[in-house]
Amino acid sequence: MPSIGVGAPLAGHRGRADRIGDTALFTLTVIASLTVIAAIVAIAYKVVSGAEPSISHFGIGFLGRDVWTPNFDIYGAAAFIYGTAVTSVMALALAMPIGIAIGLFLSLLAPRRLAAVLGPLVELLAAIPSVVLGLWGIIVLAPFLRDTLEPALNSVLGWIPIFGAPSPTGLGIFTAGVVLTIMVVPIVASISRELFQSVPGELKDGALALGTTRWEMVRGVVLASTRPGLAATAILGLSRALGEAIAVTQVIGGGSQSVINSNFFANGDTLASRIATQFPGTTKLQTASLFYLAAILLVIGLLVNLVAQLILRRGTLNRGGVR
Amino acid sequence: MATSIETGNPLGPSGNLRRRQAVDRFMRGSATAAAVLAVAVLVIVVYSVAVQGGSQLSISFLTKAPPLVGLPGGGIAPEIVGTVLIVALATAFALPLGVLIAIFLSEFSSRATAYPIRLALDLLNGLPSIVIGVFAYGLIVYGGPNLGWAGSFALAIIMIPLIARSTLEVLRLVPQAQRDAAHALGISTWRTTLGIVLPACLSGILTGTVLAVARAAGETAPLLLTTGIFNPQVTSFNIFGVGLPNIPIEIFTESEASAPADHARAWGAALVLMAMILIANLGARAMLARSRRKMFR
Repeated sequence: MPSIGVGAPLAGHRGRADRIGDTALFTLTVIASLTVIAAIVAIAYKVVSGAEPSISHFGIGFLGRDVWTPNFDIYGAAAFIYGTAVTSVMALALAMPIGIAIGLFLSLLAPRRLAAVLGPLVELLAAIPSVVLGLWGIIVLAPFLRDTLEPALNSVLGWIPIFGAPSPTGLGIFTAGVVLTIMVVPIVASISRELFQSVPGELKDGALALGTTRWEMVRGVVLASTRPGLAATAILGLSRALGEAIAVTQVIGGGSQSVINSNFFANGDTLASRIATQFPGTTKLQTASLFYLAAILLVIGLLVNLVAQLILRRGTLNRGGVR
Repeated sequence: MATSIETGNPLGPSGNLRRRQAVDRFMRGSATAAAVLAVAVLVIVVYSVAVQGGSQLSISFLTKAPPLVGLPGGGIAPEIVGTVLIVALATAFALPLGVLIAIFLSEFSSRATAYPIRLALDLLNGLPSIVIGVFAYGLIVYGGPNLGWAGSFALAIIMIPLIARSTLEVLRLVPQAQRDAAHALGISTWRTTLGIVLPACLSGILTGTVLAVARAAGETAPLLLTTGIFNPQVTSFNIFGVGLPNIPIEIFTESEASAPADHARAWGAALVLMAMILIANLGARAMLARSRRKMFR
């Protein structure tokens, strides 16, 4: 305590510069941090205000109408909401089990050396630009699906309307779902791998000591204790799938279709892909309607991510409490 | 293990246990198969791009401009220049902001002030990139021509959360003892931060930035709305002028075209883009592993 009396005069010659420096750095970092919040507010404001003419013209009914005819200036988003929902849910339904299985393999089954090589490889799959994946989807994947998987599904499950006639080009909602799956798998795999690695070893050993098989241990301990984290992972994967524009645009064969078609193999469009194909539109109302689509996407994106963050935070808080 | 399962072995498992072990084997096999499947997809995609793009690749592909739509030959030189410029400007914008945000979160914030900023970063990171493109269009382009720097602006918004998050991670690795020691010597916070803490994690920040650059270089949706209209034949260095040619949009438009020559050029451009991104990624990962080792020694 008495050292304060001695230190203050000593610090005198540097004190002013330090005070200014501290204040400047602090202020700069605060401004930078506030920019992030300002950016979100600005994005929301700009997108909604751009959509304003369409919102006031079509109202909330825009969401439920599956019509998009620029010639008559009549727009509705139902077909695109449907396309977004179907492709995203399909991607999630396929990517969750595959991604979790990869996470289990990398964290529990694979020899350490193999996991050290394979883990980054799986993450590299996420680094492939979506436009390149889309190009591959058009030229390699779509013809493959058209000639093999789609006819097979149609002949076996054709009595369900969603597995209708294969698309002549291979492009369509189903192909978009497959491409999205490829994009979501590495996300699920890498997050679930980290989750599984965070499960305390004693719990796993305890289960094994009770005579469970590895799978019973995984089901009873690893999967059970990481359930909130896995739920958040699913939501993060969903948000990736919902918002993907370019790869989907390339393989969904959209552009003209604007009514809901129950056949998964038919052309379609998602919210994001319709924006990508028609932006900025030709008439004022069309531009505003495209902004409206972006606003729907924004609201869905914010909500989905908010839920994921809340689950994640609660999950980590709980685990911190237990330890 | 394996031999004891054979039938007739009196000490081997029977009945219920055999069924449980069969389930266990099946599940382990499925997990392994899933990992193989993921790697197979990566290999197939990389292989397609390497083979189809490799046949296009030559010196003239990297130095010439593309011909008119549908004609064979030519290259993607203007697009390479444009992508480099757009991403460089975006990095110049996002790097200082991202680092400053990370410094705030690790050095200055309290629990209550950190929460909204971190949440905002996560939300921004989760926004669909096309929405960010629509925003940049509405803010900058609306009513006027496409602009190169509008693309940089959109990419910077995508990069900021990535850089902030990775910088924050390495800032947290700097031992608190170093900060305490600096304070005990009477060194002020800003000198400690800029002179001791930041230099200690320079390589980590660099790694994070390279990863963010790799991500931004492949982003197509925001560029489509901001600098998606351009003359692909003209090499331009004026990022503040009209829309700049860039590789992602070139791949996108040529993949949507019908002529085989356009598809061929798209594969070539995809190879160039992928090579840039994969090399950056692998390099950054190697750098990260190295700096982690150094820090924990």
